[in-house]
Amino acid sequence: MHLLFPLVLSALLFAVGVYGVLARRNVVLVLMSVELMLNAVNLDLVAFDVWLRDALHAGQSLALFVITIAAAEVGLGLAIVLQVFRQRATVAVDALDELAEPDTLVQGGAPAEPVAVPASAASPVPAGAATGPATGSAESGAPRGSGAERGDAPAGGPAGSP
Amino acid sequence: MSGYEVVFTLLGVVTVGSAVLVVTTRNVVRAALWLVVTLGAIAGCYLVLTAELVAVVQLLIYVGAVVVLLLFAVMFTRAPIGPATDLDTGNRPVAVLVALATAGLLVVLLVDAFRQAYVTVGSAPPGSAEAVGGAVFRTWVLPFEVVSVLLLAALVGAVVLSRPDIGTAESR
Amino acid sequence: MIAAAWLLPALPLLAAAAGLLPLSRRATAVLAVAGAAGATVLAAPLAVLTAGRGQHGETAHLLAPVGGVDVTAGTLADGLAGVVALMVCLVALAVQVYSVAYMRDDGHYRAYAAEVSLFTAAMLTVVLAADLLVLLVGWEVMGLCSYLLIGHYRYLPEAPGAALKAFLVTRVGDIGFLLGILLLAVHAGTFRITAILAAVPDLPTATLTTATLLLLLGVAGKSAQFPLHTWLPDAMAGPTPISALIHAATMVAAGVYLVLRLYPAFVAAPVTLAVLGCVAAVTMLLGALAALAQDDLKRVLAWSTVSQLAYMLGALSVGGVAAGAFHLLTHAAFKALLFLAAGAVLHATGSVLMSRLGGLRRAMPITYAATVVGGLALVGVPPVSGWLSKDAVLESAWAATRHELPSGVTRWVAAVVLGSALATVGLTAAYVTRLVLRTFHGVARSDFAAADPPALMRWPIVLLAATAVVHGSIGVRRTWLPTWIGSPEESVGANVVATVIAVTLAAGGALLVVVAWRLDPAEDPVRLLGSRVVGALRAGFYVDAAQDRLVVRPVLRTARLVSTADSVLVDGAVESTGTGSQRLGRLLARLEAGNVQLYLTGLATGAVLVALAVAVTV
Repeated sequence: MHLLFPLVLSALLFAVGVYGVLARRNVVLVLMSVELMLNAVNLDLVAFDVWLRDALHAGQSLALFVITIAAAEVGLGLAIVLQVFRQRATVAVDALDELAEPDTLVQGGAPAEPVAVPASAASPVPAGAATGPATGSAESGAPRGSGAERGDAPAGGPAGSP
Repeated sequence: MSGYEVVFTLLGVVTVGSAVLVVTTRNVVRAALWLVVTLGAIAGCYLVLTAELVAVVQLLIYVGAVVVLLLFAVMFTRAPIGPATDLDTGNRPVAVLVALATAGLLVVLLVDAFRQAYVTVGSAPPGSAEAVGGAVFRTWVLPFEVVSVLLLAALVGAVVLSRPDIGTAESR
Repeated sequence: MIAAAWLLPALPLLAAAAGLLPLSRRATAVLAVAGAAGATVLAAPLAVLTAGRGQHGETAHLLAPVGGVDVTAGTLADGLAGVVALMVCLVALAVQVYSVAYMRDDGHYRAYAAEVSLFTAAMLTVVLAADLLVLLVGWEVMGLCSYLLIGHYRYLPEAPGAALKAFLVTRVGDIGFLLGILLLAVHAGTFRITAILAAVPDLPTATLTTATLLLLLGVAGKSAQFPLHTWLPDAMAGPTPISALIHAATMVAAGVYLVLRLYPAFVAAPVTLAVLGCVAAVTMLLGALAALAQDDLKRVLAWSTVSQLAYMLGALSVGGVAAGAFHLLTHAAFKALLFLAAGAVLHATGSVLMSRLGGLRRAMPITYAATVVGGLALVGVPPVSGWLSKDAVLESAWAATRHELPSGVTRWVAAVVLGSALATVGLTAAYVTRLVLRTFHGVARSDFAAADPPALMRWPIVLLAATAVVHGSIGVRRTWLPTWIGSPEESVGANVVATVIAVTLAAGGALLVVVAWRLDPAEDPVRLLGSRVVGALRAGFYVDAAQDRLVVRPVLRTARLVSTADSVLVDGAVESTGTGSQRLGRLLARLEAGNVQLYLTGLATGAVLVALAVAVTV
């Protein structure tokens, strides 16, 4: 069999995964797209392993490890997603913009303050419908400390920060 | 085209098709289900390539655990069960361009590089559980252990992150 | 004594500096009068030495060796300077004494006195300067003092405008003046007057013509000749003593003095003299005609000054140096007298508009007599002073038409000057008669309790009147004045033919006015010319309006344009760097929108591009 079959398939699958990561709003869907990309890589690994007739089965072993790590990553990722949902009642990727530069020269755009709802009183808000498209001007107050990575520092409480 | 190639092509079509559906469907749950199809088709590809252990592990873990986890997340985040209209951000056109560029680049590169490469599926060393497992526990035992630790860390991390009181009070 | 000539400007300068001190009114007055008196006391022996005994002296101090043309400062005391300096000092003294009483109710007397002293110092600097640059300094300081003094009455709405107008119009002339000086100095290699005059024969005619024409611009500005004469009538917004000092006797005479000083240079440029002659001829008639229709007493005198200055310059343009100088001296006396008398009228009645005055001769007999004397002098009736000087002017013009003088002035220019001078004699008589009749004769048109002015105002008037009568005796000996001013080959004095013609013309003009007045003593005799003519005459043939339309408005428009351009373009460019940076910053801030997918897109695009680059090159 021509090696190009699995290779091209993996390339296409990878591209589809890239599209999904960049275009989907729901975080869970983004995670699914990440899985697609990982699978593409796995396919490549296995294909090369078979092509090279590797005695050590490096490719397939690494594929196994990748599967494992992907599983762990999904678990952690979903824990974060759930935490975010508890804090914000939304899982839209474009609603999470704390890393935005504080626009001190506000030209009258309404600050898109994310609604902070305690988990207990979280009303059923469909993910993504809470905030409008917020690409571009992001006026959500000061960045909550530099390096506020997802899951690292506690995602700030009620939006009352300066 | 040999038989392998035909089968592989069919499986490939299914894979790519269902992957495209994953990223374009308007229904979150359906996306998860299409993901199952994709992952299953890939397992099939592994089988064609005689990587049996990987195929089985793929089905067990990916389809069995990861997708279930994703479905749980869909449920917990109150994702709309029916069709929703706002599942794509405004980034969509750019994303299409980037994806096409990536695909184009990769395909061209690979085609150019591996024009004369052929996999002899018939006489490939078997990817059976015995072979691969032996390799893992002999040659790759150290990465295996590290991955175990990583799994532990992920487990602890997931538990910690699931605490309900994160960010509301200084609970030390 | 001659070497101490620098003291003459120094004394009034000190008196001016004293204006900075917070002295009482009395002390200020004493100081001002003392400054002028001190200068007079020094000027008298100086005049005797230089003019009488024929001595002259020059001092020079090197101020700045600028390499090429050195700048020196010094005094040049000769007959001309001595005589003119004495005249300036006497008039200044009279005005200072007069002002003590005139400005009694004024709140800013200290500034006024200081400015008058400063002016006197500047004029004396011009008279006694040995270098053109020092002369220029005095010239400009005079312009400054004129501006300050015209604008003295801040409450008058027309005063600030008139002051600015005077300053700007003379400034226009001063540009030419400065250029002329520089041209002469560069070509002669020095600023010293005597050295320049010595170098004149060696300079090319084109240079001399250009330089003298440029100097003529300054003369026209300062001496209010057409077309730069428009400032003088409006300058009457200042206090009357100022009009007497600056705008009758001294500053406006500075232009004439300059021509006298640099006459050899002018003689070597016949084109300039021809231009001067034409300008003088035009101005003579213009001034006299405009004076005929003015309602304001002081404006009549202002236009009259314009006309008389043209007389002097006309004489100079036809080679009558002594005649011009003679008329300069006599005019200073009688014009100052007329202005001070007008000031007395203003002081007594509160108005200078002849349509409101009338019948003052019984209430103010001394003023009336002084005005009549001054008027006769102005007309040139024997034996009062103006007679001889005016005759001298006519005589020199007549002589120039007979034969080409060494100055080379073409005969037709001389003929033009003569014609205008003769016509002006008649017109002068007309407007003087009108002035006297309207102000002092007839029935009083307004109700006021008029009386002769107080002593301090009366005495300068009386003395000046006496001077106006006696002054003319300078010309008794035909060679006195020419020798005094250093051009002994001329002769000025009585000329029977000229006298007869002039008196006839004057009588004719006066008679016409008297007859017209008799028709209706309460009305303006000029109205008989028709309202349109009167309007044109009163507006000075609309030269003022033309200047406004042609020069002032475009300049203002350009200024506004430049100002707008400055604020929009220049300030805008500067500000736009700020706003542009802000906009750019805001644009770049969009990259930091907090949208993770945006970041990832950038990342992916970058990776693809890098891979592409590597793939292509490798």
